[in-house]
Amino acid sequence: MGKTLFDKIWDSHVVRSVEGGPDVLYIDRHLIHEVTSPVAFLNLERRGLQVFRPGQTVATPDHNVPTEGQDLPIGEELSRHQVEMLSRNCEKHGIPLYGLNHPWHGIVHVIGPELGITQPGMTIVCGDSHTSTHGAFGAVAFGIGTSEVEMVLASQCILQPKPRRMRITIDGRLGPGVTAKDIALYIISKISTSGGTGHFIEYAGSAIRALTMEGRMTLCNLSIESGARGGMIAPDETTFAYIRGREFAPQGDAWEKALAYWKTLKSDEDAVFDSEYRFLAEDIEPMITYGTNPGMGITVSGHVPLLEEVAVAERDNFLKSLEYMGFRPGEPVAGKKVDYVFVGSCTNGRIEDLRAFAALVKGKVKASGVTVWIVPGSKQVEKAAREEGLAQMLETAGFVLRQPGCSACLAMNDDKIPEGKYAVSTSNRNFEGRQGPGARTLLASPLTAAAAAIMGVITDPRILMEGS
Amino acid sequence: MAYEKFTTLISTGVPLKSENVDTDQIIPARFLKAVERKGFGDNLFRDWRYDREGLPKAEFVLNDARYSGKILVAGKNFGSGSSREHAAWALYDYGFRVVVSSFFADIFRNNALNNGLLPVVVPPLFLGKIFAAIGHDAATLFRVDLPQQLFTIVGSGESVPFEINMYKKECLMKGLDDIDYLLSMKGEIREFEKRGQ
Repeated sequence: MGKTLFDKIWDSHVVRSVEGGPDVLYIDRHLIHEVTSPVAFLNLERRGLQVFRPGQTVATPDHNVPTEGQDLPIGEELSRHQVEMLSRNCEKHGIPLYGLNHPWHGIVHVIGPELGITQPGMTIVCGDSHTSTHGAFGAVAFGIGTSEVEMVLASQCILQPKPRRMRITIDGRLGPGVTAKDIALYIISKISTSGGTGHFIEYAGSAIRALTMEGRMTLCNLSIESGARGGMIAPDETTFAYIRGREFAPQGDAWEKALAYWKTLKSDEDAVFDSEYRFLAEDIEPMITYGTNPGMGITVSGHVPLLEEVAVAERDNFLKSLEYMGFRPGEPVAGKKVDYVFVGSCTNGRIEDLRAFAALVKGKVKASGVTVWIVPGSKQVEKAAREEGLAQMLETAGFVLRQPGCSACLAMNDDKIPEGKYAVSTSNRNFEGRQGPGARTLLASPLTAAAAAIMGVITDPRILMEGS
Repeated sequence: MAYEKFTTLISTGVPLKSENVDTDQIIPARFLKAVERKGFGDNLFRDWRYDREGLPKAEFVLNDARYSGKILVAGKNFGSGSSREHAAWALYDYGFRVVVSSFFADIFRNNALNNGLLPVVVPPLFLGKIFAAIGHDAATLFRVDLPQQLFTIVGSGESVPFEINMYKKECLMKGLDDIDYLLSMKGEIREFEKRGQ
């Protein structure tokens, strides 16, 4: 029987299988940030241990950092202390750190790929659930807890039960105005936030092949929102072209050797998956969430489900969700007033996302009642946006480009959506209070966010797109 | 991180019927700024437990004097979302040693096991029985027997087996963590690295 891509990479990294227990999995790259690493370093020091492989570790502060005035000391004391702890720990243990104002600083899941650190066939972990992003390159990448961060710092290995395999195939062609974000929200609305639990997903099919690397990262990033440990896409010419020439990409002979290996990374024809789903690209429309988990998604032009359309066992949670959101069963979401728009995060904070937003708002003006935060995923994204003239175009339309960080996605810094306000966000979670206590989040693509920013109400972006 | 050894626990349960309880609810992100593992229990379920002024919300189960105990009984898909281990720390620090549900999110389950907090998966029907038993009498006792892998409603004697891998079971019963195991493998790990390059 053939092997899946996931099996091939996982199995080649197993140092030992513990009897009746998990695998000891070797980790090629360990990414760390300021929030989930300090306790791991503290415990390591209490045991008198050094970091085993500092050269395979990369650090950046992203969760806590302000998105304005990054040249100044961080105002909030606890955040500043956590960011300083990361610097101190990295210095002490010889770990490369791309701190605030470094030209490579940014959200950990944005800088890994853009620096060429993320490569096909690797195992990659980080104390952050959206580590699944790196699966876009054909890597086995997943989020871990702080005890596991400590394990990797101490031994470059992790004890982990092997997940099952799932394949989601999407064939066909996406319509205009439909993005990778819409694919992800569509899938999660179909399989729920627990449908992927216990599994590693491989995305396949012609609609996936046609995605850019940025689109693939958005899709793999959201794998965790279906409960899956990770998601991955077999590497192909799109992948190789993206990696080539990046800072840490193999060069010369090493490139040729790596490429030859990467080309072998795909599921065998006769590989068997533990579960399979198939969807058609033509069935997917621009999506938005109306509730308090990412599985509560509908088309932007659709309506909140009627109570009768919700399974009996789910109704209590459904109604509780709607109460929080201030919505009624059966009502349309298009036309609802929007207070905030947030463009950014490890889900949709890449240059392509800013280009999509800018293309839609070009020649138009921001709606007066909406506050818009556009937060690039990294310094390099910010730089590209300025060099390409996107920043200028956005300013002309009434928007401002902020500085990179996780920002309002989880509102650990000052970028908080006020209580009761509605925010269309390109981020990944619409949980209660995620973007600030009492904040009401509607997840959507950068195009749908742009349409909301221009119209001031939830709007199907296709209405504003030229030629459609 | 040291935690109490776990063998058998007999306790009342605290019922939290909500489903898909995500780790942002268990501990909101704004409380993740500590650099030491201390005091997270104070902010467990912060925004469900306290209002904006910091006053307890009477309707939330942790503020309901009828319910107490070391067992949290939760609706399905508990612990979804963020990988923050602070969620497991907060539950443990508050005093919980077991979370019972019909379904757990993967990362939360690993984090709990790494911190002496036992996640017990029971069938949905049995979870309903547990909620009903607490609803009928909040003083209902439950027994969680890790060596036998058995969860029992003490009064009625109804019980159900639960799964746990042998390795993690031994870790919990002995209060061990994975680091010691991995450190004992350093030679093997170095060999693996040499073969791979």
